[in-house]
Amino acid sequence: MTLLIGSLTIGLILALLALGVFISFRIFNFPDITVEGSVTFGASIAAALIATGWNPLFATVLAFFGGMLAGAVTGILHTKFKINGLLAGILVMTSLYSINLHVMGKSNIPLMSGVTLISWFEGWTPAFFGGTAEVNVLGWMVNGADIIVMFCMFIITIFFGILLFWFFRTDIGTAMRATGNNPQMIRALGVNTQAMIILGLALSNGMIAVSGALLAQYQGFADVQMGIGMLVWGLASVIIGEALITKKTLGFIITGAIMGSLLFRLLVAIALRWGMNPNDLKLITAVFVFIALILPGFIEKTKKTKLSVNIKM
Amino acid sequence: MLSVKSKSKQEMLKIENLYKTFNAGTANEVKALQGVSFELSEGSFVCVLGTNGSGKSTLLNAVAGTFYPDEGKIFLDGENVTHWPEHRRAQHIGRVFQNPFSGTAPDMTIAENLVMAAKRGKPRGLGWALNEKYLGEFHDRVKPLNMKLEDRLDNPIGKLSGGQRQALTLLMASWLKPKLLLLDEHTAALDPKTAAKVIQLTEEVITKDNLTTLMVTHSMQQAVNLGDRILMMHNGKIAFDFSGSDKKRLKVNDLLALFDEIRRKEQIDASVSELLVKSYV
Repeated sequence: MTLLIGSLTIGLILALLALGVFISFRIFNFPDITVEGSVTFGASIAAALIATGWNPLFATVLAFFGGMLAGAVTGILHTKFKINGLLAGILVMTSLYSINLHVMGKSNIPLMSGVTLISWFEGWTPAFFGGTAEVNVLGWMVNGADIIVMFCMFIITIFFGILLFWFFRTDIGTAMRATGNNPQMIRALGVNTQAMIILGLALSNGMIAVSGALLAQYQGFADVQMGIGMLVWGLASVIIGEALITKKTLGFIITGAIMGSLLFRLLVAIALRWGMNPNDLKLITAVFVFIALILPGFIEKTKKTKLSVNIKM
Repeated sequence: MLSVKSKSKQEMLKIENLYKTFNAGTANEVKALQGVSFELSEGSFVCVLGTNGSGKSTLLNAVAGTFYPDEGKIFLDGENVTHWPEHRRAQHIGRVFQNPFSGTAPDMTIAENLVMAAKRGKPRGLGWALNEKYLGEFHDRVKPLNMKLEDRLDNPIGKLSGGQRQALTLLMASWLKPKLLLLDEHTAALDPKTAAKVIQLTEEVITKDNLTTLMVTHSMQQAVNLGDRILMMHNGKIAFDFSGSDKKRLKVNDLLALFDEIRRKEQIDASVSELLVKSYV
């Protein structure tokens, strides 16, 4: 049960990453690899500030702005300097590696002793569950603090989900969706598509940096390597989310991405529990995303061949 | 000029000596525009005719701002817009494209597409895009299309046929009265029946708001039937310009004869140059 709550909490934290990836991958239709730098950037900023005694909420908010800056740079490289989107992301991701080392001053910062958002949340446990450390959940005895932390992460994720849902229904958000869907059309209606891409990538990477900041506080350290493979994780969550939903409306897609992240973390936890070698995790995730990407086209093809066979018969 | 914004009262679009060469200096060099000049008075409806590669679509795109010209100036309602980016010009210009899928965002609903057009060229903020007032207005203005779309406003626009999407694009382009309406062979990709319907709708929209219109077409019949002026382009230049009673007298056969004449001249040019090459090279 503790394992379940732990993986759900990480799933909720990484749901913010999934939402960020959803913006670049599904709204603008390009895989923005800046993710791998900005998730670490968010973690580094938060960890470095918290370690020097800053307010953790303030540190997390600053991580958001740091991520926005990283995303905006990728957007500017891509739109103003006409660099291929993937390459623009790689350039920013690579430079962030050095920047993260500078921000942290070393390759990792432990946060075990500092005051983090997580330690705040844990401090609220007595208010909810009284003095008892263990709480009975469906017959299992679980640490009350773990439940509070999971619940707070749930609130944060839902907050960002609603924020995104609202944003994409405003005038700017609608124009941003159209920028990804049909740039020619929205330019003809007076929207600066370059500005939309820069703003969208900033928003995306801002959320991803918050995800990194929360992850660092939850796992108790920030590490310069923690971003590796994060884009593929986000893609996997978005793709699982799309498989879970029945309607392709905005609300469903956002809910799907959050649920996708949760389910993905759960699958990972189960696989590890069954004795899967943790070293294989990224390989298996990449293969999974590969299959998920080619599967729709493959199904379409087999349907067509079946149809033509029927006609012949 | 007396002042920066000097303009004659009814002159809406003014093109001055426009040049554009694509892929300059390479084997694929195309001299698309070679000194195009004309003026469009307010409320006039001009058809631009021409063979493939004559530069008619390039002219339209230059006005829309898809690219900047190499030389020349473009004035819109007296304002020099030559170096305005496409999205900035859009506040004054409504456009319908040749491809019926180009003018709408397929994954978004009919209402969302319409609301983006209802805010063409206006600052966009963080207010809700759609509201009841807009939805009511959309219902009322979509209904006269007689396509039963008014009850499907929350459907993705990508599910509609090319004709329906082109009709909606036309409605969107003219939702806020543009200073200039650009139509780029907007019926070329439609079947004849749908094309006829879209043309009828085009006439209604233009007449209703007395829109200044530049329409590129490949159909001489359309050029003869519609509008009050015909520009015939050839090799990146305006070869003929008919307006007033000349335009009214013009028949499809006259236009065909003119095209033949251009072609014959060109053949003579080609054979003469061939002769020269043979005798001197």
